Amino acid sequence: MSSFNFQKVRSDFPVLSQTVNGKPLRYMDNAASAQVPNLVIERGSEYLKKEHSNVHRGVHYLSQKATSAYEAAREKVRRFINAGEAKECIFVRGCTEGINLVASGYGRKFINEGDEIVISQMEHHSNIVPWQMIAEERGAKIRVIPMNQAGELILDEYENLLNEKTKMVAFSHISNALGTINPAKEMIETAHKFGIPVCIDGAQAVPHMRVDVRDLDADFYAFSGHKMFGPTGSGVIYGKKEWLEKMDPYQGGGSMIKTVTFEKTTYAGLPEKFEAGTPAIASQIGLGAAIDYLNSIDLDAAFEYEHELLAYATERLGAIEGVKLIGTAREKTSVVSFTVADIHPHDIGTILDQEGIAIRAGHHCAQPVMQFYDVPATARASLAFYNTKEEIDALADSVKKVIEVFS
Amino acid sequence: MSELSELYQEVILDHNKNPRNFREIENADRWADGNNPLCGDQLRVFVDLEGDVVKDVSFVGSGCAISKASASMMTQVLKGKTRAEAEVLFDEFHKMVTGQLDPESEETHLGKLRIFAGVLEFPARVKCASLSWHTVNAALQGEDEVSTE
Repeated sequence: MSSFNFQKVRSDFPVLSQTVNGKPLRYMDNAASAQVPNLVIERGSEYLKKEHSNVHRGVHYLSQKATSAYEAAREKVRRFINAGEAKECIFVRGCTEGINLVASGYGRKFINEGDEIVISQMEHHSNIVPWQMIAEERGAKIRVIPMNQAGELILDEYENLLNEKTKMVAFSHISNALGTINPAKEMIETAHKFGIPVCIDGAQAVPHMRVDVRDLDADFYAFSGHKMFGPTGSGVIYGKKEWLEKMDPYQGGGSMIKTVTFEKTTYAGLPEKFEAGTPAIASQIGLGAAIDYLNSIDLDAAFEYEHELLAYATERLGAIEGVKLIGTAREKTSVVSFTVADIHPHDIGTILDQEGIAIRAGHHCAQPVMQFYDVPATARASLAFYNTKEEIDALADSVKKVIEVFS
Repeated sequence: MSELSELYQEVILDHNKNPRNFREIENADRWADGNNPLCGDQLRVFVDLEGDVVKDVSFVGSGCAISKASASMMTQVLKGKTRAEAEVLFDEFHKMVTGQLDPESEETHLGKLRIFAGVLEFPARVKCASLSWHTVNAALQGEDEVSTE
């Protein structure tokens, strides 16, 4: 048993103390979006009350306050993922925008006709569609790393896909639909043997495991603030400056320029080059506060506790006749995807909601994963360090109730 | 569970388990595909017309209990109706599940379809109940695809 004090942590998240449909809220949809602790709420409110102005523009007091808070958040991000320099951490709207930035900025420069982009079978649509769009634009081809029935990538086949035409490898650190932790470091090393850069979708990883972008040697690493207990509208694309400097901007506008005339514009340096227009200042400062929060709890114990929750949920749900777990990789985070006999996940979701239990039912923006397992959708409980075994008991009991209703 | 039992009534559970007219119609006069990208519900509705009358109507596909039961009961109700009558039913059903018509207090042609009024309490499920109706409407209008997004 871990010594992690989940009760203490729970009390930091005001949303968790409400009732839904007359039952205590049991929030198990963290892979879609995690809840926000008081520290983040208060920091956002403080900023809006006392510090708000536009960043990198005014010489006045508030503009300097806002700029320094915004840049302090960037430094917090840098430290949290161990990037070499803060300017390698570009603020974006979320993981999706980060991947689009790379697909477009890198793709237009380095991907040409006949080239290949390697992605994996278990990707979220956000790590498929941007690559398809740039592949179509540049006349390149998408190739897919296959996976086995447990939901693990087949690494031998991965290496076989790589060749001199491969210009990018993109995969998720952790699958949002299956919970699989991919061996990112090893896979990056393999790609680098061929001189191929790697873009990692880290949306599910940053909130649930220690991520060190330099140890991984990732060329690009994208994640969202709202999945790591921060506000929506915040997010980061980390990129090695060697790449970012060579790439053209993703969007044009204010802030990202050095000089503008009607004949020619020269671009600002990093990170401004990739941050056109007024950014989501309050959200990114909130992301900084979310990092402060994560640093304030015993994070390693929290991750260990999440692992216990995963084992417990796997055991409780797996023991129910008719429940089939989808995604049984050896290395997993606290995501439990399942189907129940031939009951549609949306019916499961609605019945669980009546019990105050929030899970996701659907294709999890990963339709190729659903096609692989030949299911239209799954139900998914995704746990965070504020969840409890008692909540998992309630989940298991309610799943039994679902089976009763449909029997 | 009171609202819930209202949604998952015996009738709906029965139609989910044993959907009526769950088959293809070979050489159907008309058909259309409906899909709900949010849930992954997909169905195809077939319609055979004799003059202006729906001689046969059926569906195939996959979906949740609500969408399947709704499609099943829809096929039962539409058989033998004229196109104009079908349009009135589509309109009334649509208004009922979106809260613009209360079948308890207003005169309608919905009959046993009134059971789907309960879906109003579950906003995320309204599209499940109305997918088959949008699809049959598209088939009757001569369109071959409809999405509830």
